[in-house]
Amino acid sequence: MSTSTARDPRVVRPGVGRIGLLRARIELKQFFRDREAATFGFALPLLLMLIFGSVFSGEIAPGVTFSQYFVAGMIASGTVYSGFQNLAISIPQERDEGTLKRLLGTPMPKSAYFLGKIGLVAVIYVAQVTLLMLIGKLFFKISLPSTALQWETFVWLSVLGLSCCTLLGIAFSSLAKNGKGAPALVTPVVLVLQFTSGVFFQYDQLPTWMQQLAALFPLKWLCQGMRFVFLPDNFQVKEAAGSWELPKVALVLIVWTVLAALLAGTTFKWLRRGER
Amino acid sequence: MSDDIAISVYDLRKRYGDLWAVDGVDLDVKRGEIVAVLGPNGAGKTTTTEILEGYRDRDAGTVSVLGVDPAKGTPAWRSRLGIVLQSARDLGDLTVAESVAHFCAYYPSPRDPDEIIDVVGLSEKRDSRGADLSGGQRRRLDVALGIIGRPEVLFLDEPTTGFDPEARRSFWGLIESLQDEGTSILLTTHYLDEAEALADRVFVIAKGKVVASGPPTTLAGRQEALAVVSWVEDGQRREQGSATPTSLIAELSTRLGGEIPELSVTRPSLEDTYLKLIGFEEGVAS
Repeated sequence: MSTSTARDPRVVRPGVGRIGLLRARIELKQFFRDREAATFGFALPLLLMLIFGSVFSGEIAPGVTFSQYFVAGMIASGTVYSGFQNLAISIPQERDEGTLKRLLGTPMPKSAYFLGKIGLVAVIYVAQVTLLMLIGKLFFKISLPSTALQWETFVWLSVLGLSCCTLLGIAFSSLAKNGKGAPALVTPVVLVLQFTSGVFFQYDQLPTWMQQLAALFPLKWLCQGMRFVFLPDNFQVKEAAGSWELPKVALVLIVWTVLAALLAGTTFKWLRRGER
Repeated sequence: MSDDIAISVYDLRKRYGDLWAVDGVDLDVKRGEIVAVLGPNGAGKTTTTEILEGYRDRDAGTVSVLGVDPAKGTPAWRSRLGIVLQSARDLGDLTVAESVAHFCAYYPSPRDPDEIIDVVGLSEKRDSRGADLSGGQRRRLDVALGIIGRPEVLFLDEPTTGFDPEARRSFWGLIESLQDEGTSILLTTHYLDEAEALADRVFVIAKGKVVASGPPTTLAGRQEALAVVSWVEDGQRREQGSATPTSLIAELSTRLGGEIPELSVTRPSLEDTYLKLIGFEEGVAS
């Protein structure tokens, strides 16, 4: 009996990539079935686009409507919603509910969990951004990027922004004491950053100290990059430096991504306090 | 490490602050054996189990599960274990069928998802979401996910809490059939009848130490304890402890002229033995 139960070593365990894909699929199912997550993380930004676009219909510069400006900020925020806010709230809840403990007890490779989260974040972002552009185009006649350079910039900004926000979300997930407290910890951070980084208000009209404060964080730079993507080139005179500063945008985002990776890698907790 | 040992624990210690939650536990589970760990809340049962499952680290002692130190467990080792934790509230947004199918993907040779749903008795609930299951049904989903990978060692932490008597009986049947397949099982439970029905051996833990161990029928010399003979004589209930109840009954029978009114012979139940072992005195608690 003792030998008959020994496992055949030739039986291969399923690969990390495949399990990561399956995790992404199940994460998406859970996200869209969870009313709270789907409302706040997905539907609310679309609603904000509709409201802000309808209320502020005027031009902020010759040929630039507020909607055109706002869509850039909301798409930049999309990385924050899908990466940072989503994970910083849902991971503590998963820790509380025992999801993480259960997974830790299975042969699932730990990296597959994070691959699943990356898949989840990417799909939410792409869907959200597509709908934001669609709403902007249909209701507020915004113009989409017209040059290859703008589209290229859009892609690398999205990739860098998502990497940065996903890692920050994972790092931030260790701060909440429990799942219930997570939204109260995360939502104010997101809102304050949005207000000070030029999402809801024009960045060039904010007090200088506020601009300088916001410039320490990645969202301000993401917004600036997205303005290059969505606004006409002459709008750059309104930027703090009088230009789009794309290399600096990339540099700041890379530095934040590296910092976030270090933080996420060293602080991540699978188990609650008292369970370790 | 001998091949017919599934779990071995020697002098296990774990401290939280000044409190030794586990204070020198020795324990072993042979291949194909069901071992129950009994003890009051806070005795160190769950801490011990979770060290074996690789969740918690230990301060001292030697631990081996399937020949591997759980602190150094790899995914390959984990694929040979099944873990049913005490309280989980996850998977609320997935249906039973979705959860079971998903967890199958983690294991090298999983059971058939439909078969497993059937085995735990959730066929009628396969399309219900986790959040809509009753407490007992949730527990059965936990068990389904625990045995999905055909584990060689299965940990069950208070698996039948919240079950009605019928569900418990059918759950016991399931556990026995897993044992028949060769699964070694470590079970913690509050139900002494459960331990008596399922376990080949029990370990009683109190204050972080093993206070007794052995087969449930002979735990702590239970079989040799005085039998209590009880009968009615002159309209009064009489009771007498005896090491030789047969001769006492013969004597009574002669004295009372054949039939002894309302005769019963009892030995201490597992519960009596257990309560004595953990230092519970009647009238003190509750």
